[in-house]
Amino acid sequence: MFTRHDSLKAGYDVVIIGAGGHGLAAAYYLARDHRIRNVAVLEKGYIGGGNTGRNTTIIRSNYLTPEGVKFYDESLRLWQDLGEDFDLNLFYSVRGHYTLAHTDSAMRTMRWRAEVNKHFGVRSEAVDAAFVKRGIPSIDISCGGHAPILGALFHEPGAIARHDAVAWGYGRGADKRGVEIHQQTEVTGIRVQGGRVTGVETTRGFIATPKVLCAVAGFTPRVLDMVKLRTPIYVHPLQAMVSEPVKPWLDPIIVSGSLHVYVSQTARGELVMGASLDPYELHMTRPTLDFVEGLASHMLDMFPFLSEVKVNRQWAGLADMTPDFAPIMGVTPVEGFYLDAGWGTWGFKATPVCGKTMSHTVATGRNHPLIEGFTFDRFARYQLTGEKGAASVGH
Amino acid sequence: MKIMVCPLNGPRPVSEFAYGGEVRPSPDPDTCSDTQWSDYVFNRSGSPGEKYEWWCHIASGFWFVVLRDTLRDVVLGTFPAEAARQGLPPAAGASAAPPDVPHGPGVPDGAS
Repeated sequence: MFTRHDSLKAGYDVVIIGAGGHGLAAAYYLARDHRIRNVAVLEKGYIGGGNTGRNTTIIRSNYLTPEGVKFYDESLRLWQDLGEDFDLNLFYSVRGHYTLAHTDSAMRTMRWRAEVNKHFGVRSEAVDAAFVKRGIPSIDISCGGHAPILGALFHEPGAIARHDAVAWGYGRGADKRGVEIHQQTEVTGIRVQGGRVTGVETTRGFIATPKVLCAVAGFTPRVLDMVKLRTPIYVHPLQAMVSEPVKPWLDPIIVSGSLHVYVSQTARGELVMGASLDPYELHMTRPTLDFVEGLASHMLDMFPFLSEVKVNRQWAGLADMTPDFAPIMGVTPVEGFYLDAGWGTWGFKATPVCGKTMSHTVATGRNHPLIEGFTFDRFARYQLTGEKGAASVGH
Repeated sequence: MKIMVCPLNGPRPVSEFAYGGEVRPSPDPDTCSDTQWSDYVFNRSGSPGEKYEWWCHIASGFWFVVLRDTLRDVVLGTFPAEAARQGLPPAAGASAAPPDVPHGPGVPDGAS
């Protein structure tokens, strides 16, 4: 599927650190739209082995801020014909997405999000409990009496897709156009002279390059140390789990902020479930029993009939968190060093638009208009973006 | 379940504790620049390492300091809160304060 390159060249026009969805999408659009093909994508592990392969595959654009809504809606649009573009089945499946509200204040937020969404032409509606029950007949609307569902934000275009295939598709598309993907190649240092990037040190030797794009969710602070940049990014693990396959009963995607649950059913019948971040900073992907217990008990509040269903697997990814729940993207104070980071728990759905906007930014040296709300310097200017709607569940 | 040794309550399950962020010296807001203040308010030492952190035993409302390796999730020591004011020995992954900043006492994130 990918060309194997035995050796690194002495130099490239662009080096991308991280062969996950974001890095490979940027490489693909650099080669396809900007005709920059002398590009190396360096990956210390394997393609799509980080958060691209660890998320719960939900795609939606029902955000809270105008910056967020416009950005994710462009991503949602790009998702539609991606399978055709790649000649690869992404199993893109439009399901409809319910964000459940269990309190009056949550209902108020849902109405707010619905109005911001509709203003930008995104299909979202605040709906009542009866509508939720019609859409999800098997749900216990009283949630066992603990936290009755009052209504929801219903986002019709909400979808799921096969996450590995996204990385493979972008990778193959970039590879076909001459981009070199080097797996098992770790970046150990970045050379900066006179405030400009001149190359990267790797476990397989030095590469000269004027431009480096860092797309390494969860490892961003370590790469930023190499160029001596400080950011607000802090890392917490985010866990997820899947059940054994059961016959199809859950069509839509369901999120409950109050119960800390998001769940969808895959084409092969497994329930993919996630909850909130682990409660403290940690840089390892060990899963915990606390997580399974907490998530399972909240699942049972909504769907008591699942009590006999077994959990098959659980895992964790490392999430780059920011104080305003918006990413950090674009140019940095180090010339030639570009950042696509701070993707927290919501980076998968943004993969296509990140590739598009970052390839533009790397090619032209100027931030793409869609990412101006997400710039590196917004914290020094005290101008945060405030995208709490980004978080599916309360963090 | 993992156990944390609280300086007040002794060994307790970690689920009884809340994390309060890294112990970081705060610049004096009256004399520091806007840039130094925004660095203090927003920026963090995000890389893994041995860090001093604020933790709270929720049931007793007791705040204290923990030295923890954030790469391996291993607690290396716990200290009463006064230790943060009296000066802690340097930790491997601690937040490097910008030079020449006048320091006030550190407070936990979100503890006020």
